Amino acid sequence: MSRKIVVPFGPQHPVLPEPIHLDLVLEDETVVDVIPSIGYVHRGLETLVAKREYTEYVYIAERTCGICSFIHGMTYCQGIEQIMDLEVPQRALYLRTIWSEYSRLHSHLLWLGLFADAMGFENLFMNAWRLREFVLDVLEETTGGRVIQGSCKVGGVRRDISNERLAIMAAELTQFEADLSDLSDVFLHDDSIQSRLVNVGTLSRTDAYDLGAVGPVARGSGVAIDLRKTGYAAYGDLRFEPITETSGDSYGRCAVRVRELFSSIDLIRQAIEKIPEGDIEVKVKGNPDGEYFSRSEQPRGELVHYLKGNGTKHLVRSRIRTPTLTNIPPLVKMLRGCELADVPVIVLSIDPCIGCAER
Amino acid sequence: MKIEQQTTVVIGIEHLIGRVEQFRKGGYRLVQVNCTKIGEEFEINYSFEKDYRFENIRIIISPDSEVPSISGMYWGAFVYENEMHDLFGVAVKGMNIDFNGNFIKTSIPYPFRNLQFQGEGPCQGK
Repeated sequence: MSRKIVVPFGPQHPVLPEPIHLDLVLEDETVVDVIPSIGYVHRGLETLVAKREYTEYVYIAERTCGICSFIHGMTYCQGIEQIMDLEVPQRALYLRTIWSEYSRLHSHLLWLGLFADAMGFENLFMNAWRLREFVLDVLEETTGGRVIQGSCKVGGVRRDISNERLAIMAAELTQFEADLSDLSDVFLHDDSIQSRLVNVGTLSRTDAYDLGAVGPVARGSGVAIDLRKTGYAAYGDLRFEPITETSGDSYGRCAVRVRELFSSIDLIRQAIEKIPEGDIEVKVKGNPDGEYFSRSEQPRGELVHYLKGNGTKHLVRSRIRTPTLTNIPPLVKMLRGCELADVPVIVLSIDPCIGCAER
Repeated sequence: MKIEQQTTVVIGIEHLIGRVEQFRKGGYRLVQVNCTKIGEEFEINYSFEKDYRFENIRIIISPDSEVPSISGMYWGAFVYENEMHDLFGVAVKGMNIDFNGNFIKTSIPYPFRNLQFQGEGPCQGK
């Protein structure tokens, strides 16, 4: 048996958009153990509930993440609405659903580009991000913001989308879907991609469930957990099934995200078809008094905003449990037994968002 | 209309391990663990889910209490327990990976333990 050595990976590394540190224990080129460490970008966002009114805190919640900011804002608002028993107008719920799915498209395309880049496939990276621009343009046009949308508020949404604009959005999706088909063919069928991903970083179904994996990490191992099935926002009115793969390897996680792009397009189409007329917000009176675990399905998986109010305008507690935090233990499991050269691809395969995880 | 039914059962700290064991044997996954400071006490919530059934157990402890780790039953719990220790200073006994206060690196120790803001926000004191 060879001597064990420890190789530090991160917090600064070419494939890491955000800092996570891994102590990799190696025997020759094989990783035999991993100690993860985060904490480089802790911002203390949760403490700001003491400084901001609950209606203002939505701006903080949105800034938890620069990729899925809309879903953070929506999940926070949903939690306050549940505590205060607010009936949010149906049109607002449909608009939230539409923006959530555009956020998922944007996040998955961003990740696919980064993933291609991590494998050294830079042309594919550029193509993924070229398509992502279309999604960002729609978000900017309909909310006013490319990254931080700011369109969600407690009681509904700040902006409506006209029916004419919705019809244009639905029509534009046809070309976008065709472009995505070309891109997905490469990710799903190209030999060089498969040689980097198949049987790399395998996580069994049992391990995925036991270790608390969520989102594409869980679904890539065959665990069909998708919080949209709880029916929040307008998802209860739409038809869809969680996308799953059974291989549990990096390819499986990639394939789930690729297939979810098409699922999101379908959900947007359904939402545009069914969106009712009506108000987009309800008047909010009083302060939240009670608690709620508001849950939603982010592009990376299950997001939990725990909110507790005491009848004043400041919450007692906001606790944000992001999918990346709970996907760290499964990552440790995936890395054990892999080759050192595969570590960057495996780390990226969970789509880590560390700033989001540390809040 | 409620999106989902959520239950929270308050238990004594001595029943924590036994109750978590029941969730584990019942096939529930651990969703999260969080800590809230209420007055001079800490409220710790453990959340579990199975088939979209969301259930919580809660223990209420004094600041000097030691909480048993559940990482023996749910291996991934170490991220929540280390975070709870680093932010609130809650002592957790028997963690499978103990970062000894270095999981979340903060400029002051246990920053969530005694939160105090004085006149910094626009709404402070109003």
